[in-house]
Amino acid sequence: MSVQILLEHINVPGIENLEVYRKKGGYSSVEKALKHSSPGDIVEEVKKSGLRGRGGAGFPTGMKWSFLAKPEGVPRYLVCNADESEPGTFKDRHLMSHLPHLLIEGMIVSSYALGAENSYIYVRGEMMPVIRILQKAIAEAYAAGLLGKNILNSGYNLDLHVHPGGGAYICGEETALIESLEGKRGNPRIKPPFPAISGLYNCPTVVNNVETIAVTPWIVNNGGEAYSKIGIGKSTGTKLISASGHINKPGIYELEMGLPVEEFIYSDAYCGGIKNGKKLKAVVAGGSSVPILPAHLILKTLAGEPRLMSYESLSDGGFVSGTMLGSGGFIVYDEDSCIVRNTWNFTRFYHHESCGQCSPCREGTGWMEKVLHRMEYGHGKMSDIDLLVDVSKKIEGNTICPLGDAAAWPVASAIRHFRDEFEWHVREPKLALERNYGISQEHLIPA
Amino acid sequence: MEKSIQAPFSDTLVQKINELKTHFPEGKEKSALLPALHFAQAEYGWLSPETMDQVAEIIGIKPIEVYEVATFYTMFHLKPVGKYVLEVCRTSPCCLNGAENIIQHLCKKLNIEIGETSSDGLFTVKTVECLAACGMAPVLQIGPDYTYYENLTEEKVDHLLADLAQGK
Repeated sequence: MSVQILLEHINVPGIENLEVYRKKGGYSSVEKALKHSSPGDIVEEVKKSGLRGRGGAGFPTGMKWSFLAKPEGVPRYLVCNADESEPGTFKDRHLMSHLPHLLIEGMIVSSYALGAENSYIYVRGEMMPVIRILQKAIAEAYAAGLLGKNILNSGYNLDLHVHPGGGAYICGEETALIESLEGKRGNPRIKPPFPAISGLYNCPTVVNNVETIAVTPWIVNNGGEAYSKIGIGKSTGTKLISASGHINKPGIYELEMGLPVEEFIYSDAYCGGIKNGKKLKAVVAGGSSVPILPAHLILKTLAGEPRLMSYESLSDGGFVSGTMLGSGGFIVYDEDSCIVRNTWNFTRFYHHESCGQCSPCREGTGWMEKVLHRMEYGHGKMSDIDLLVDVSKKIEGNTICPLGDAAAWPVASAIRHFRDEFEWHVREPKLALERNYGISQEHLIPA
Repeated sequence: MEKSIQAPFSDTLVQKINELKTHFPEGKEKSALLPALHFAQAEYGWLSPETMDQVAEIIGIKPIEVYEVATFYTMFHLKPVGKYVLEVCRTSPCCLNGAENIIQHLCKKLNIEIGETSSDGLFTVKTVECLAACGMAPVLQIGPDYTYYENLTEEKVDHLLADLAQGK
């Protein structure tokens, strides 16, 4: 197991309690930050660390922080994005369930660095059990003087609240999240202005993912330079990977950036290989929104280099032969998986989750779902394959927020890499149905 | 669990919503809406127009501002549901591990279609999108506590239904 920055103490009994957490060195960064560093010092350390946003986009966190406007007399806000909903991703729920105080500690030092005195953790509503854990931990932190007025006699005040969502994937998009936190429908805003200038209540706001915030105590304690030495190239530090699908050991793994994908899939320290001794067919490496790759392209780049778990290596080859690290939602498909069925499943998800604001996304996701459904159930036409590519291209880049792109990419990449299988579904609907459902379903096939 | 839809909110519920309003700056109390709706739904089982009107009044916003939000988010039930709402994940990672069989099994066992409520009024089956538990697939959760039940098998589902029916 590689260096553990986030999960080092996750198996310590009672680590969700303040007392145990402090015995393991918890909240030392708050003391260090509030008593010995200026907010600007911390922003500089985070810049030096090379830390990139862990929610999916991978934007440099220090840079995002330095964009925050600081007009006189206007409050600034830090909002933690805990609306984890990207299919294949379950790392934040894991982290918050077991290490609530790590997130709270991160929120304190990050809020101090940004000059925020009122911060929110926006947790997706389905995670009520996590919300209860966080609320208990926040109450403990208030009682210990780590939150509230004049924290540790530093003169710094911070109020921290947990806020539940209502069940909407789109609220993981930062401007939709802000709208939702204001008590509205989660319709993304047009950017610019970016939240750093005009966010929550039109005040300067930073929205950061749970994992991003949870790294900041380590950076405060050890320095940005130490963090930047972990990992590979511009992918510094460690990353939480949520591993699921047809593998022997699904779960959350913290790994140093740069680990070979092959080792991650087959080593017993990580996924432990494909279930039931089957062969690997495909991987979605960074949550459902990133392009799916067939086995040979996820293990090696087109140039034959071993593919690594890093932002750069996974995107090597662009969308022709590469993908993205995204949120680290790593879904593994064995040789028996149906790519058409999986693509239909993803498209149904995006259709369901489209906020409906932009026509290309609202209508296009529905069309793609319908066409894929008829293909999966034996009614497909050969022209449907190009129709799907065409619709996906008309969505991509033509919407206010990235949900449109996220809906288009899985479809376009599945057809790019598995066109044969789509054609086979059209040519041999009976065989395809038999393979997927184990029985003849001739009644589903057009006369 | 369910009360008459006209019943005025209990003092406790009113207090809980008023406390939520203090989380936000003055004039921004509308921010309390989502958690307030969760509180109301936990008490009444679902959100009737009358319930939403009371939430609007306590927060100090127009009823339409509540309706437009309640209809956007999938967690809010806008018609009566069973005592236990079984929300089963139907997204890819769960389906790779048998979620479709679990959904079929549940519906067959309760003799209902997805979205319907069993004749005894105990169970409603809904399918939902990814619950962020893909490594523990297949998974379902049950409100109002939203407890997760992971690594489901047909046997586990049978036990769960039996336990719930007995009020365990």
